[in-house]
Amino acid sequence: MHPLKKNRPLRRIVLSGAATVCGTVLLLSLKPHTSTAVAVAPPAASAGSGSSGSSGSSGSSGSGSSGSTGSSGTRTVTGETVQTRWGPVQVRITLEDGRLTEVTAVTYPQENPRDQEINSYAVPQLRREALAAQSADIDTVSGATYTSDGYRQSLQSALDSAKS
Amino acid sequence: MGTVFSFDVRGGEPGAVRAALDAAVAELHRADDVFSTYRENSELSRLARGELSVEECAPEVAEVLELGARAERLSEGWFSTTYQGRLDPTGIVKGWAAERAAQRLAATPGVTGVSVNGGGDVQLSGAPGPQRPWRVGVSDPLRPGGLAAVISAAGTDRLAVATSGTAERGAHIVDPRTGRSAVTDLVAVTVVGPSLTWADCWATAAFAMGSRQALAWLEELPEVEALLITAGDEVRCTGGLGARLG
Repeated sequence: MHPLKKNRPLRRIVLSGAATVCGTVLLLSLKPHTSTAVAVAPPAASAGSGSSGSSGSSGSSGSGSSGSTGSSGTRTVTGETVQTRWGPVQVRITLEDGRLTEVTAVTYPQENPRDQEINSYAVPQLRREALAAQSADIDTVSGATYTSDGYRQSLQSALDSAKS
Repeated sequence: MGTVFSFDVRGGEPGAVRAALDAAVAELHRADDVFSTYRENSELSRLARGELSVEECAPEVAEVLELGARAERLSEGWFSTTYQGRLDPTGIVKGWAAERAAQRLAATPGVTGVSVNGGGDVQLSGAPGPQRPWRVGVSDPLRPGGLAAVISAAGTDRLAVATSGTAERGAHIVDPRTGRSAVTDLVAVTVVGPSLTWADCWATAAFAMGSRQALAWLEELPEVEALLITAGDEVRCTGGLGARLG
């Protein structure tokens, strides 16, 4: 996977499991062109282990932490709202068997055109990084028009054979 | 048209769905016969040579030409149905045909969800299940096999996702002003909106414009959101796309 280049607006998203397996640390840095800021949320949700199927919400402090458990080790965790110099940022992530599969920005600054400009990079880039390594639960694929030959190598072709 | 259409139909009685699918496929073949620019004797080729008038062609020809003229106006000429001085509505026919096929299938009694994928452009209707919306992966042009985003049709009755780009067939999008391959910083544009006919046209037009102009233009279009990927591997989107990401 390509590391994010240094001058990208969204520099990095770092997730690390804490000692309790599921404690989550979110580092989100939104970088407009020159200055740097890093917002750090303390471990937010502390739920049961991925395989046990339990769910819980015992945020250590602050606002807006929640955890919920889906089927077989799928967990959704909403991080703490983090105050950045541009406004509050809150991110929701989905983990499947400990793997990050989905990132959604629940709250992000969007009051002025500058915010929107930053978000027009940061939000899709965030998701793209998360999606890069996973097999998303999708029905069909949109991409540059393929020819009949190109179809044979396409993701759509793989989906069609899986379904029929 | 030299591409592949994939259909996914949910609900309905199997016999009726089978019949509706057969009719939809027959209609696509017919559209190919009428509009092909590769067949010397297609109605479109004969129209372009002046051997037929629009009135003498199948009624779909007038319909498609009218849609193409509207797309050309609304895109300020960035979408065009003329290629090398010759009538060529190829850029609108596939989206239009796929949208029409999806409409016909959705009208079949009992059908609750339809997905038609025409060579990478998708028209959706309804949902695949009671608790689940259609989800469309947007292929990542710079990471083959990967996805740049997932678009969800949640909360919509119909949604289209169209992508224009160079990943499959190289530089095939022509700048209508120069007649040459579009000089653009983009490798892909994905447009999301209710109708595939328009989404497909806007994706093509936006691709030729380049990211800066395209983003501003797409932002102004009603009911349309978009995701743009540049050759520099930057991803940009319109303000409302976030609500469509699944």
